[in-house]
Amino acid sequence: MIKKEVCKIISQKEIASDIYELTVEAEFVSEIKTPGQFVHIRVGNGWDLLLRRPISISSFDKTLNQFTMIYRKEGKGTSCLAEMVPGMELDILGPLGNGFPVEEAEIGDTALLVGGGIGVPPLYELSKQLRAKGVKVVHVLGFQTESAVFYEQEFGETGVTYVATVDGSYGTKGFVTDVIDSRDLSFDCIYSCGPTPMLRALEQRYAGKKMFLSLEERMGCGIGACFACVCKQADDPSGVSYKKVCSDGPVFRAGEVLI
Amino acid sequence: MSMLNIELPGLSLKNPIMPASGCFGFGREYSQFYDLSMLGAIMIKATTVEPRFGNPTPRVAETTAGMLNAIGLQNPGLEKVISEELPWLAQYDVPIIANVAGSLEEDYVTVAKRISQAPNVHALELNISCPNVKEGGMAFGTIPEVARVLTRRVKEVSAVPVYVKLSPNVTNIVEMAKAIEAGGADGITMINTLVGMRLDLKTGKPILANRTGGLSGPAIKPVALRMIYEVSQAVDLPVIGMGGISSAEDVIEFFYAGASAVAVGTANFVDPFVCPTIIEQLPALIAQLGFDHISECTGRSWKQHGQLAYHRA
Ligand SMILES: Cc1cc2nc3c(=O)[nH]c(=O)nc-3n(C[C@H](O)[C@H](O)[C@H](O)COP(=O)(O)OP(=O)(O)OC[C@H]3O[C@@H](n4cnc5c(N)ncnc54)[C@H](O)[C@@H]3O)c2cc1C
Ligand SMILES: Cc1cc2nc3c(=O)[nH]c(=O)nc-3n(C[C@H](O)[C@H](O)[C@H](O)COP(=O)(O)O)c2cc1C
Ligand code: FES
Repeated sequence: MIKKEVCKIISQKEIASDIYELTVEAEFVSEIKTPGQFVHIRVGNGWDLLLRRPISISSFDKTLNQFTMIYRKEGKGTSCLAEMVPGMELDILGPLGNGFPVEEAEIGDTALLVGGGIGVPPLYELSKQLRAKGVKVVHVLGFQTESAVFYEQEFGETGVTYVATVDGSYGTKGFVTDVIDSRDLSFDCIYSCGPTPMLRALEQRYAGKKMFLSLEERMGCGIGACFACVCKQADDPSGVSYKKVCSDGPVFRAGEVLI
Repeated sequence: MSMLNIELPGLSLKNPIMPASGCFGFGREYSQFYDLSMLGAIMIKATTVEPRFGNPTPRVAETTAGMLNAIGLQNPGLEKVISEELPWLAQYDVPIIANVAGSLEEDYVTVAKRISQAPNVHALELNISCPNVKEGGMAFGTIPEVARVLTRRVKEVSAVPVYVKLSPNVTNIVEMAKAIEAGGADGITMINTLVGMRLDLKTGKPILANRTGGLSGPAIKPVALRMIYEVSQAVDLPVIGMGGISSAEDVIEFFYAGASAVAVGTANFVDPFVCPTIIEQLPALIAQLGFDHISECTGRSWKQHGQLAYHRA
């Protein structure tokens, strides 16, 4: 069930340059089903910043009724969010959408988790859950530059973690695909979240592999009512068949929708 | 006694609050939050003869206290709306206002004729004002004579009263209102969105794939109020007002301007509970303002003292 709740901020800290980790308390944590679901946050109480901001749930704790998000301070809304301190309250709608299917990876399989920039956060909970199930996890995380790198150590605790930076200031120079090639990584399935060109590259290179991709789209309602966030179904590219990123996704099996 | 019930052509409303077309889908999503029978009515998403995919994404962009959308009338098409969406909505005790769209006069006639026969459709809302479709659409809403003829044709085939949704993207809205009155419309809904644009700071290009989109939300409220103020005095048709409503106070302002009922659009995205919240808050506000019934507020901005309340139930 989706709930709208006023949530208390438990903690907020800047964990990399302009990257914030925000933990809040919410009753609806009990409703979270899969890693990779997201929430829709109302920023401020007025109507200036009208639309809610979609942010992924990066980890959660059902015993404490808390969940954590990691976001990049980008525009007006996230800048406003970054100003908030523990004890303040946020109006949040969640949990939304369908996340990554943990059940698709078998015990003993190797799962490759590929994250790009601000697409990295939802993979964290996924990694923990896969690992707990007995799936071997390997992470390839891509960032712009050294100062933007976050959670390398946290991911390192659940599996081997490779980092790439576009400018080469940290880890391998280049893109996530360069790491996969140079390390000659082998795996049974891929889970990924990040910029669309990265998802597209993965889908093309590893066609035929079991793969789940989390998409991003600009949203209005976040719950499936406004048709803002639709994408075409891959089996009907010129037709009218569609999926909504907010309520059918954001995670899709590779090949299900056109990206 | 209720302070909120309103009688309009085809519509016996428990209260004058309804979600606006395109901002509520066909109700399914919002039924997770509250019982849809609480609403005065529901204006469903525009329906066209054939299913439509709509425009490429991005389809929405935020603006100060508003948003732009260029959905492009995406909908499952007439057959699906009649066979799946309307029967699903029939479980609720709420009248449906079907939003009818098309590119050709024939399209409107086809949709209107069929959809007006659905048992829970109590009125039609002719969408002659969508700014986001290339063909037709907009001409129907900007050329008075074209609007008059279309209204007449649809009236001939519709089994229920016909409301026409006016576009604010015209120089003379009163002229449009008079034209659709002459065409035989039973009521007016207004306003649809205002054509606008946003540009991306980094690329210099429009944020919306469609380049332009329709502006909605609190930012357009003053424009809507002004237009309703003008139109409600110039024609003898009830007006269902919309444009940026997000609170009970906003509703009263729309009534003062001349509305007999209102629709809430964009605010549903911000607060999914906005309609039930407004419905709950209205009676106290009406009493506080010294009225016995909300209908007494209609047209207060221009009515002479002592003039009778219009459409009192
Ligand atoms: C399902 C989903 C999950 C996401 N998870 C995360 C996350 O975990 N961490 C994170 O940092 N970011 C995430 N994003 C992106 C995040 O929503 C945007 O960075 C954020 O909305 C920007 O808001 P702003 O006010 O700073 O920017 P502004 O440019 O001021 O925003 C203006 C409008 O555009 C929208 N918008 C701008 N950029 C994006 C974008 N990339 N995607 C969708 N809408 C956008 C905003 O929501 C707002 O409505 C996610 C997006 C989606 C769709
Ligand atoms: C995302 C979105 C989709 C819309 N779709 C339709 C539509 O299909 N038909 C229609 O007549 N109006 C449509 N509208 C216009 C609204 O019904 C309403 O007239 C307008 O948004 C002003 O009200 P608001 O400011 O409360 O949103 C749409 C508006 C939005 C924001
Ligand atoms: S954001 Fe409204 S349908 Fe997805």
